[in-house]
Amino acid sequence: MSALTMSARLGNDTDLRPVPWRRMAWVTWRQHRFALAGVAGLLGVLAAYLVFTGLPMHHAFAAVAACRPASSLACGNAIGDFDNAHWSTAEAIAVLLQVVPALIGAFAAAPILARELETGTFRYAWTQGIGRTRWTLAKLVPLAVTAAAAAGAFSVLFYWYFKPFVDQGLQTRLPPLAPLVFDLHGVAFAAWTLAACSIGALAGMLIRRVVPAIAATMAAWAGLALAAGLFLRQHYLTPLVAHNPNLPGSAWIISSWYTGRNGKPLSQAAVSQFLQGYHPAAQQVGPNSVQTNLDPVGYITQHGYKFWVTYQPGSRFWPFQWIEGGYLLGLSVLLIAATIWLVRHRAA
Amino acid sequence: MANVIEADHLGKHYRGTWALRECTLAIPAGHVAALVGPNGAGKTTLLNLAVGLAEPSAGAVTVLGGRTAGSRAALDGIAFVAQDTPVYQNLSAKDLLHLTRNLNRHFDLGYARGRLGELGIPLKRKAGKLSGGQQAQLALTLALGRRPRLLVLDEPLANLDPVARHDFMATVMAAVAADGVSVLLSSHVLAELERVADYLILLSQGQVQLAGKAGDLLASHRMAGLEELALAYLRKTLEVAR
Repeated sequence: MSALTMSARLGNDTDLRPVPWRRMAWVTWRQHRFALAGVAGLLGVLAAYLVFTGLPMHHAFAAVAACRPASSLACGNAIGDFDNAHWSTAEAIAVLLQVVPALIGAFAAAPILARELETGTFRYAWTQGIGRTRWTLAKLVPLAVTAAAAAGAFSVLFYWYFKPFVDQGLQTRLPPLAPLVFDLHGVAFAAWTLAACSIGALAGMLIRRVVPAIAATMAAWAGLALAAGLFLRQHYLTPLVAHNPNLPGSAWIISSWYTGRNGKPLSQAAVSQFLQGYHPAAQQVGPNSVQTNLDPVGYITQHGYKFWVTYQPGSRFWPFQWIEGGYLLGLSVLLIAATIWLVRHRAA
Repeated sequence: MANVIEADHLGKHYRGTWALRECTLAIPAGHVAALVGPNGAGKTTLLNLAVGLAEPSAGAVTVLGGRTAGSRAALDGIAFVAQDTPVYQNLSAKDLLHLTRNLNRHFDLGYARGRLGELGIPLKRKAGKLSGGQQAQLALTLALGRRPRLLVLDEPLANLDPVARHDFMATVMAAVAADGVSVLLSSHVLAELERVADYLILLSQGQVQLAGKAGDLLASHRMAGLEELALAYLRKTLEVAR
């Protein structure tokens, strides 16, 4: 064979068709079925727990909600009893669920690339005919999307479970925007799971070792989740301002303060002193006598002071869900793209 | 014949030091080419560049008659067995065959199964439970099952006992005889490649010192063997370095 015919032959199949995606489906399933089973197992056990504790709780709540007349002492006591019996469990579950996306990202997503790089098998995987871009996409995207979808389905169950405690009008425990539950509801839980998986993938590629990548994923996710819950979320839309202390229970209160006659904010100590000096009875106002007319805010405003409160109304729940879901989706796409770039350019 | 590898002023630096620089060479098809040099000479770097695992810092490298290294067209025709023959320890030999079949357009499952049968490697056994020699043979079988035009082996014999070394090279040479596959293999011990290699590239301190057909090199340097020739060159470059 002459050089000419050889290069002509080689040239002909340079635009050869790629290895089909469906072949990668087998590879991804075969190599990551235990990680997927782990995600399914974790969410399955939690779901079973929600159902088994949720059914009797909802039964009890239906009885409380049916109590008439609603303003009677007996009904008030029934609500109190329900709260005592179920709130602490529900709160503990909500706290526990906060870390579920991080666990999925750290233990299911972070090892995908980190293990290849740690054991050296990437030298096998990334020199196969399929090419490493396809290989990486076909591993990361289905795993992240599957985990996010499972988390999304789980958050529907959680919505049902937690309903008695979120803005029921009857007994309002939490506004739906409250940090404890906002990211477990709507699209946020799925979005946080997707983001955790993307963080895990990138951490695995950057750090190249399984255990440090798991730790880094947890740390990065925790930083992002804390930043979102404590600082970012309250600014998604400009908070509303009110001077009325009796906001609906669905309002997520961000801050409140008093200003004096000169318009400057008063310290808490100054407010207490004011209440002490001018209306000693206010001190005896306990939690059980709110219905009396010793309203300290009303009293204080009568004397030329002004009450301020900034809040996010409950009607902003879905706009906030879409904002948070949207930027987490954008972040996930960016992180996966960065991971692919690194796979293409920083393999060895 | 086209060149299986062509490097043009190829260079790669890691964190400020050049692992390979000004490397210009063309390895024609149809050879068993030995890439030889002391540890740290840049052998693995050159192989990583050729199979697309690393990107050049300078110059360019093409494979199989002008295909960009690492492109899909290039990967389709090259099989690479890296140093320490990494395979997934938790997968069985059978799973690894299916894995490799699914990661490539073509895979000769019949050949690969037959080969593992001849070697006495049980299909159900996990790769991690195989001996070092068996793991190396398994990795080689996965590579040859792809029916590549170019087989690239990085220090394939480094961790094998003498019997395993012999068996491994026998498998390689059988594929060369049957398919005419071109081979590029690196080693820091030339003695064991003396019998099989008919092309030599001598790499030292990140630069190509010598490249050519074994017969031509021996004739022009009036040397009896490749090892003697390589040693003479390595001594010379060391003296120049001093």
